[in-house]
Amino acid sequence: MTFIEGLPILSVVTFLPLVGALFLLFVRGDSEVVARQSRYVALWTTLITFGISLFVWFGFENGTAEFQFVERFDWLPQYRIGYHMGVDGISMLFVILATFLMPVCILASWDAIQKMVREYMIAFLILETMMVGMFCALDMVLFYVFFEGVLIPMFLIIGVWGGGRRVYSAFKLFLYTLTGSVLLLVALLAMYFQVGTTDIPALMEADFARDMQYWLWLGMFASFAVKVPMWPVHTWLPDAHVDAPTAGSVILAGVLLKMGGYGFLRFSLPMLPEASAYFAPLVFTLSIIAIVYTSLVALVQQDMKKMIAYSSVAHMGYVTIGVFAANQQSIEGAIFQMLSHGVVSGALFLCVGVVYDRLHTREMDRYGGLANNMPMYAFAFMVFMLASVGLPGTAGFVGEFLVLTGAFKANTWVALFAALGVVLGATYMLLLYRRVIWGAITKDDVREMVDLDRREIAILAPIIIIVMWMGIYPLPFLDVMSESVAHLVNNYQADLKAAGVTPAATEVTRLGGQLLAFLR
Amino acid sequence: MTFEVSSLIPALPEIFLAVAGMVFLLLGVFRKEDSTQIISWLGVAAMAVTGYLILRGPASAVTFNDLFIVNGFTSFAKILVLIGGALTMLMINSWAQAAKTARFELPVLVLFATLGMMMMVSANDLISVYLGLELQSLSLYVLAAYQRDNVRSTEAGVKYFVLGALASGLLLYGSSLVYGFAGTTSFEGLATAMRGSETHIGVVVGIVFVIAGLAFKVSAVPFHMWTPDVYEGAPTPITAFFSVGPKIAALCLFLRVLVGPFAPMIEEWQQVIVLISILSMLWGSFAAIAQRNIKRLMAYSSIGHVGYALVGLVVGNEEGARGLLFYLLIYLFMNIGTFAVILSMKINGKYVEEISDLSGLSKNHPGMAMALAALMFSMAGIPPLAGFLGKYFVFVAAVNAGFVPLAIIGVLSSVVGAFYYIRVIKVMYFDEPAAAFDKPDMVNGAIMTLCSVLMLVYFVVPSRLVEGAEAAARALFLG
Repeated sequence: MTFIEGLPILSVVTFLPLVGALFLLFVRGDSEVVARQSRYVALWTTLITFGISLFVWFGFENGTAEFQFVERFDWLPQYRIGYHMGVDGISMLFVILATFLMPVCILASWDAIQKMVREYMIAFLILETMMVGMFCALDMVLFYVFFEGVLIPMFLIIGVWGGGRRVYSAFKLFLYTLTGSVLLLVALLAMYFQVGTTDIPALMEADFARDMQYWLWLGMFASFAVKVPMWPVHTWLPDAHVDAPTAGSVILAGVLLKMGGYGFLRFSLPMLPEASAYFAPLVFTLSIIAIVYTSLVALVQQDMKKMIAYSSVAHMGYVTIGVFAANQQSIEGAIFQMLSHGVVSGALFLCVGVVYDRLHTREMDRYGGLANNMPMYAFAFMVFMLASVGLPGTAGFVGEFLVLTGAFKANTWVALFAALGVVLGATYMLLLYRRVIWGAITKDDVREMVDLDRREIAILAPIIIIVMWMGIYPLPFLDVMSESVAHLVNNYQADLKAAGVTPAATEVTRLGGQLLAFLR
Repeated sequence: MTFEVSSLIPALPEIFLAVAGMVFLLLGVFRKEDSTQIISWLGVAAMAVTGYLILRGPASAVTFNDLFIVNGFTSFAKILVLIGGALTMLMINSWAQAAKTARFELPVLVLFATLGMMMMVSANDLISVYLGLELQSLSLYVLAAYQRDNVRSTEAGVKYFVLGALASGLLLYGSSLVYGFAGTTSFEGLATAMRGSETHIGVVVGIVFVIAGLAFKVSAVPFHMWTPDVYEGAPTPITAFFSVGPKIAALCLFLRVLVGPFAPMIEEWQQVIVLISILSMLWGSFAAIAQRNIKRLMAYSSIGHVGYALVGLVVGNEEGARGLLFYLLIYLFMNIGTFAVILSMKINGKYVEEISDLSGLSKNHPGMAMALAALMFSMAGIPPLAGFLGKYFVFVAAVNAGFVPLAIIGVLSSVVGAFYYIRVIKVMYFDEPAAAFDKPDMVNGAIMTLCSVLMLVYFVVPSRLVEGAEAAARALFLG
């Protein structure tokens, strides 16, 4: 990879979509021409961005926890804010995830979006810049700028091109996330006040007093928990998903939810270890409630998108458990779960989009028997459905398995309840599949639905391959992250030991054991 | 005492602007046809020259027996005031031409108001504070009532006059109390007097009155009641003028008075400023939600922004001053840009002011909608737009000085504020198109483009702008 050396490759990946967006502003002609050109410009921009981002992966060195491809220069020296970019094993694959889903989204909106196409594409390209920049940022202010900047295009995408109660959902998304984020901002300012810099590696080194850590942790939690989203602040998600256009849902589930989990891994755990250990039981409790409760809610949904949205909340519950169980398996599992969920839930929304484009409804009962006239579709849907359930051999299994292993090590009870969620997950996903795909066709309009066309095959086929690859041979992914995760876990344990804290997780286990003994 | 011509040099920009204003007045009187157009452009040129004189003038000096001071801080503030004055002068001119109400007094009054603001900023004595303030205020009263056959405009003028006179009275009464108990009106003298061991309670009462008077001028809660009515009633471009220059000048004066002569009394005045800052942020956010008229919305928005700027004042140190000055810089361009859009809200030559009139703007005028969207997101403080950094800097100062609860209240009220700003965007982008606006005229089009582009691109190299604010803040604390 010699020819990419010396090139600020992360900046290129981050800002190339923005260049495409600027270019789109200057496209002239009547609306038909502009629409067509916008689609092609956006597609090519995202494809090239994806291509370049692959070089980040190829050039990435696995055996180290250091930040790689680092770029930095002074941006606001008065406030010691630098433009500092870099990736490690934790963030690298998220960059690939974002750049991979982007061309998929553009293709998925090819025919579905007919009004204000140019603006739509611009919004998506800006969104890509924000997402990639957020995963690469190594300065907290820079991170915050990208983190919140995502809201602007997402707000517009849901509000302008969404359906149903799009205005309500857009506002809900915006205000929920903003409320959380501003508290993160205050935490960020307080950390800057303590350390005198907003550089992330420097903040990881810094020690914060324990009382201070608690407050900082809560400030961050307010932001990341809304993004993840964790119960009980998840209610914006089903609304946003249902009313967003298909591609918006894909990005929302695929990448935006990961920003919360990534935030926990990048900030809460390494910077505030004592507080993380202290609050871990809280996170476990909320996550278990999320897994069980939202799975039950998903069971009774009539709207396909809403069901998948609730299943997202449940799946992200595993992620938060994995992160705060804080051992090698659980964190690797959490990251892997985020990646696989990003791909799989994105694909599930695409599948809903396919039938929605044909019949313009998401009611499950309006379908049924699609296996008869849409065999290819039924196959694709089945792969993703099984991956979502966590069938061995698909991407979903690896993440869930690792998280459960790690959680079992940290706390048996947590693992027990989390495993319960796997069963519930299988129930509602199979139910969804049965109601939409199996059975005999009873409705005439359903009978006339045609199978996947070439564009849809081009979208879904690569995702199927990736889902299988991640499930059958996950090592290339795990290798990337293992060293960084080990570094994180070691530092975390060392910090806790130095502070004389036993991870609260074990205390809960002891409590559970006592309870059990009492019951006997 | 001998008089030397060289002692006039520090005040040269003001002297130039005053002479220019009087010459333009004569020009307008003696020329037969209407000379609004020519005087407006000459006025802009005069302001540009004034700006040049400020930049080339002495870096730091006092003159007129210490009544008048020039340093990095005053230069920065005056440049902001001049930019605001020049841009709004152009907007006022193009509005007056289109509305066929052009009169040459209009630009001349703007010029004198600007001169008053510059005097306020440069004041180094309670007497010269009052002088500058009154020159500014009297010009503004006339401007507010400019459309004298329009009931709303006249009402706005009278309301502004009565309440403004009351505020000036409060300020004057406070100054007299301070003088009575401290024995001097000069800023240096006051600072020395207050550094003494025991300060009389009378001084504290005096300071509170002075703060009340100034709070009125910046329209901070609870002295804000006039703002929405005056904003709504006054002709739109004049509202634009009200919303920038006077606010900036008064906030700079506020800053200078409190961290200059009254600095030793920080314990006393800090509590007052914390209170009015919190009230302004909250009331500016919550009251704006119910507004239907975009000018009233802007009134509440400016109340909120003053609250955020005051957070920088609360801290009372260099970092806070830097944050406040940077905030004012961003605020200036956000506001002028937004008013340029409001001035373009015209259907068949008739101005409309309801937020709902913006419906579907994204389809009829995509460029204008994009500009207003950028400005609104910036006002809401969403990164990566300029408004975010403005808020960031004042909150940094607040947290560093230990005002964490104030910062938390501030950021939470900014979420409430975000609600009404993005509601404007919702109307433009999500709602079905209403009647299309006329094509914006060149001046407004240029100004809104300039301001919105600035909101977007300044992020690339913000450090130069911050340097300006930083130098100004340092000069303030040296002086």
